[in-house]
Amino acid sequence: MPALIDLIRAGRRVERHSPWPRVSVDSGTWRSAAGALADGSLSLLGLWGEPSRVHMALLDNSTSNIGVISLDCRDRRYASVAARHRPALRPERTIHDLFGLVAIETPDSRPWLDHGRWQMLAPLGERLDAAPDAAPYPFLSAEGDSLHQIPVGPVHAGIIEPGHFRFTASGETVVRLEQRLGYTHKGVEGLMAGSTVEQAARLAGRVSGDSTVAYGLAFAQAVEAAQQIAVPPRAVLLRALMAELERLANHLGDIGAICNDASFALMHAHCGVLREQVLRAADTAFGHRLMRDIVVPGGLARDIAGDGPTAIRAALEQIRRHFPSLVELYDNTASLQDRTVGTGIVTVALARQFAAGGYVGRASGRTYDARRSPGYHPYDGLRFDVPVLSDGDVNARVWIRIREVEQSLSLAGQILDALEAGPIKVPLQIAPEPCEGIALVEGFRGDILAWLRLSDGRIERCHLRDPSWFQWPLLEAAIEGNIVADFPLCNKSFNCSYSGHDL
Amino acid sequence: MRKLLLQSLFRQPLTEQAPRPDDAAIAELAATVGRTARRRLGRSLSIREVDAGSCNGCELEIHALSNPYYDVERFGIRFVASPRHADVLLVTGPVTKNMREALERTYNATPDPKWVVAAGDCARDGGCFAGSYAVVGGVSAIVPVDLHIPGCPPPPMTILRGLLSLLEEVDSGGAAR
Repeated sequence: MPALIDLIRAGRRVERHSPWPRVSVDSGTWRSAAGALADGSLSLLGLWGEPSRVHMALLDNSTSNIGVISLDCRDRRYASVAARHRPALRPERTIHDLFGLVAIETPDSRPWLDHGRWQMLAPLGERLDAAPDAAPYPFLSAEGDSLHQIPVGPVHAGIIEPGHFRFTASGETVVRLEQRLGYTHKGVEGLMAGSTVEQAARLAGRVSGDSTVAYGLAFAQAVEAAQQIAVPPRAVLLRALMAELERLANHLGDIGAICNDASFALMHAHCGVLREQVLRAADTAFGHRLMRDIVVPGGLARDIAGDGPTAIRAALEQIRRHFPSLVELYDNTASLQDRTVGTGIVTVALARQFAAGGYVGRASGRTYDARRSPGYHPYDGLRFDVPVLSDGDVNARVWIRIREVEQSLSLAGQILDALEAGPIKVPLQIAPEPCEGIALVEGFRGDILAWLRLSDGRIERCHLRDPSWFQWPLLEAAIEGNIVADFPLCNKSFNCSYSGHDL
Repeated sequence: MRKLLLQSLFRQPLTEQAPRPDDAAIAELAATVGRTARRRLGRSLSIREVDAGSCNGCELEIHALSNPYYDVERFGIRFVASPRHADVLLVTGPVTKNMREALERTYNATPDPKWVVAAGDCARDGGCFAGSYAVVGGVSAIVPVDLHIPGCPPPPMTILRGLLSLLEEVDSGGAAR
């Protein structure tokens, strides 16, 4: 099967696409890329559409090279990648919903984000009139004696985002879980098209609230790549500082919440305290608890407050002091371990096939962290480990988070030590010709892909791919054979984004 | 486990004290919320949270209300699993077209008297998502709203203050729906 470099050579290079190459390919090369995904030599980083074109971002698993291949589909059809490589299925269904492009030989032609409520078809494509009434959604069937279905959502019992889960159970055991998402689809990519860079940056920061720094960073890096501008060192460091604080806050929240879903509220309370301390330090340092709208293309919207470093160091110290005893508590509580060990297993093979990022991938043997590879500043100058386990259960996903909390504590400390005075922003440019940029940024949940094309200083097209796209399907696999009561636990250990996925 | 329990008995609690600077504010708010809620609703205020399409930012801060710093349950405010148990719907997000029906159904499932609080800038008018083909608009485009809490997202203290002002309005004779 071809390596990425062969696919890139086979295509026609698109000018002004940075930092990795993008090539226009014919349908034969497109198909061989699908084959290379299926045989595992390539991983799928993203698959998205334009009104008459599809793009695929690919990672070469042996060289770690990244490239984008694009296929013009003038007759509004293209060869389905999902027919050979299943992780492409939901992106393909989405391309059909948004652009009306048809994947030939797709294994599933049901709509995905389109619930029949937009009063139009292909809102980013031909904008055709839709039937006034939404057609019922046909769920996949499961057949056998004594099977029953449990529909859950979109409004859930807890304070969480909306989505629908259709369980088929045999007694207590889950035989099949099918997800139906798209409830929070807000049309972000439609709103971005034609907007200014500033407006689009605000939207990017609101794709997934828990990852507002990571999304801001991914979007900014893509703009900066397209315009070939370098951000001042102080801004680079402060961006990473915010990204690590965001990771800390989310991981601490998750560790507590997972234990809470195993009815161990004590961990939840203690982790909640530590999370709150991070958010308060962020508020002191950057004027916003979630640090929203601080990362902007070109640098930062504001510098860290004078008392910011002290506040952050104090929060880090609190976590260093209290977190180890919580880890010990987690590790020594048999009733808790009984729930998390061996529950909701994602196999190493599945994590690799879906190129699952973040703790979902790293708990199942996939050593991938965008801070390492492709890597970006300032992480090339910082010391950190990427923890990996291979058990793939809820427990492993908890432990990856625990180890990453420790790494983020160290990283935040290193960044504060390295901070020097200097400018925090450079002006954006308006390029005379359209230009394109792509970025891969490690959010707390995994790698976020941002791709965009700028034209006359405005966004012509922007695609943001949440890590959840390649994690949600694994949750369907992980819950199989587990009991229904363990679903909240499994779900929380994934903590996939609904809004980031639905976009 | 026995060792753990024994340790917990004799060791200082791990739980931190409430943060000093905000102590007075929280206590004052707590007392007022408690008094008002009790007068109107007996002893508690049950809230059903509905994400009608938010980015999840508002949910994070609503969650924070239950952490040991804010601990809303001590004020008699609690989050319930079903709209049928709720006095208040706390709705976030621009209402997406895909969530419109679910929000309507949740509202209709909530028994009278009921109040609707729209939390966050998006819930007011759709925020930066207004005008999208996939968004209806603010919460009041679908269900009657009694109170908006601004912010992107509103911090926990702001949400708490918002709930207080709702209770005061209710107390002064504002009609429930």
